[in-house]
Amino acid sequence: MTTPVTNIKFASHADRLLEPVWAEITAITPEAEGISTYWLKFVDPAAQAAYSFLPGQFNMVYLPGFGEAAISVSSDSEDRSLVGHTIRFVGNVTRAVSRLKVGDVVGIRGPFGAAWPMQEIEGRDVIIAAGGIGLAPLRPPIYYIMNHRERFGKVYLLYGARTPSDLLYPNEYKKWEQAGIQVQITVDRADENWQGQVGVVPMLFYRFRMNPESVVLTCGPEIMIRFVVYEGLARRIPAENIYVSLERNMKCGQGSCGHCQLGPYFICKDGPVFRFDTLESFFNVEEF
Amino acid sequence: MSSEHRPEIGSTVAIQKSAFNALLNNLKEQGYEAIGPHVKNETLVYEPITALEDLPRGYVTEQEAGHFRLIYLGHSRYFDVIPGAQSWKQFLFPSRKELFSLTKNDGGWKMEEGEKGTPAYAFIGVRGCELAAIQIQDNIFLRSDFNDPIYRARRERAFILSVNCLHPAGTCFCVSMGTGPRVNSGYDLNLTELEDVFLLTIGSESGRGALTGVPLEAANGFVLNAANRALEHSASQMGRKMDTSNLPELILNHLDDPYWRSIGERCLSCANCTQVCPTCFCWDTLDTLSLDGNETRRTRVWDSCFNPGYSYQAGGNTRPTIHSRYRQWLSHKLGNWKQQFGTLGCVGCGRCITWCPAAIDITAEVVALREETSR
Repeated sequence: MTTPVTNIKFASHADRLLEPVWAEITAITPEAEGISTYWLKFVDPAAQAAYSFLPGQFNMVYLPGFGEAAISVSSDSEDRSLVGHTIRFVGNVTRAVSRLKVGDVVGIRGPFGAAWPMQEIEGRDVIIAAGGIGLAPLRPPIYYIMNHRERFGKVYLLYGARTPSDLLYPNEYKKWEQAGIQVQITVDRADENWQGQVGVVPMLFYRFRMNPESVVLTCGPEIMIRFVVYEGLARRIPAENIYVSLERNMKCGQGSCGHCQLGPYFICKDGPVFRFDTLESFFNVEEF
Repeated sequence: MSSEHRPEIGSTVAIQKSAFNALLNNLKEQGYEAIGPHVKNETLVYEPITALEDLPRGYVTEQEAGHFRLIYLGHSRYFDVIPGAQSWKQFLFPSRKELFSLTKNDGGWKMEEGEKGTPAYAFIGVRGCELAAIQIQDNIFLRSDFNDPIYRARRERAFILSVNCLHPAGTCFCVSMGTGPRVNSGYDLNLTELEDVFLLTIGSESGRGALTGVPLEAANGFVLNAANRALEHSASQMGRKMDTSNLPELILNHLDDPYWRSIGERCLSCANCTQVCPTCFCWDTLDTLSLDGNETRRTRVWDSCFNPGYSYQAGGNTRPTIHSRYRQWLSHKLGNWKQQFGTLGCVGCGRCITWCPAAIDITAEVVALREETSR
């Protein structure tokens, strides 16, 4: 079967199924209400040295007694000293994560999945459109672009969250702008201090003129992705230049347990990043 | 033919039925645990057998949509009975398998492997459809990019004695799926049961080894012809058929058809079809934590796309309705499976029809969808 995006080799599979590698929490950064970033370092220095990931890939984070959750890596792929996971406390496993402290140990398997096509899109204008926690898997591409700014054309970040206090990484926006990324922020509902824009992320497409040669990278709630894609297509950006990162229930990370299937794809191995034209025929089928 | 002459791979020999125990003894001496069909608690199960007498001699099964009966006819044949709910899947891909246990130690966790050792099974009486199902699961669990260590260890050690099916049941449609009633390849020994003798075709060196010392007779033209005629007759006796033309497109091009909702009104989402299906491969993991929180066991268990929790994710259930789950199952089995693994995911064994409490019939649903969408 043809894999839509750069085919990434799997982490060498363990002889024991689902065997995790242990990592220690070295720091916890609160990001927003119910969301924190956990900075991990593998207990075994050899494991830390061996670990590398590509922007857009994810790990399975394991808490003994609770289970695993698929969490995208939100740190800089070119900084090998730590692995960052921005986690929203929403399910059984992630709520247990919220009770962990610096020095606690979690299990890691990964990295898994297909990455954002950072090499293929060099030379292009890039539109990064994210909603809510969907900015987490898009932070590595932002770092990558900042590390290699000269290789890209104009870069826009269109980001939105429900309220101003739900916005992720607010202290970094200035740094990103200084690196030549145009940052546009919107919220669904303002509070009394909010001076910025109000509205959903796809509406930000109406605020600037884009080159139809641009590439769109998007992640967020599926309904937002649908409208971001729509706005991109409406501006004559072909489906082949729109990349989406999808979420499904992921358990094994290796296209075996079946949970994350979407049509012919196992999102954990064929995605989570897909070129939109490979999804187009069934993306709008309800409850598929 | 004297038993000193070892038969060639690919050749067919005959043995007296009573000599079958010598074959079973050989397998035992070679370290195999023989598993075969066995009547227990008035139904048919696959479990360890030690002698020919453990097999369901004289029995047949009556199978229709939502209907299974084991009937004793008293004839002298051991392999006439079409299997029940169980399949060989439970041995290669156990429904529950402890992976490891973890004990708290110095702020970390100490890991211990789950049950150690891998059983070496000899499967006695694998039907053509069932062997095809094992080969389909090979494609899933033994890929170049994912190799399931539990499946691989069991599969590599398994001995397969397959059986040509001479008396198909009412829900069988292996002919439509090209998987039976004749077994084609992938066995160590393949058996055809005639009135007086078993014919055995040798498929591998292990198969040949299992016949060491077993009194062999030549399979003459008369018995070979009888076997062929019986198989031709069997192929004409299929209880069901499925037109596979235009699959997977028939399904994948009509994912929005209102017909799915009508199936959803009948389906109970009980997951029986996926549990009895010999190709369904979805699994989940469970952590069982001790009360003091210091020890946990991690177990792999079968899961089903009909379970509401199967597609749960942050923000809700991707497939909250029954019709969307049935569509997932069928559009995978007869649709997307082909792009994923090169074949359809159905072998025509009929289990999902027999064991559906609402008598939903996969072959009838395909016919109905075909009619519905050709209007």
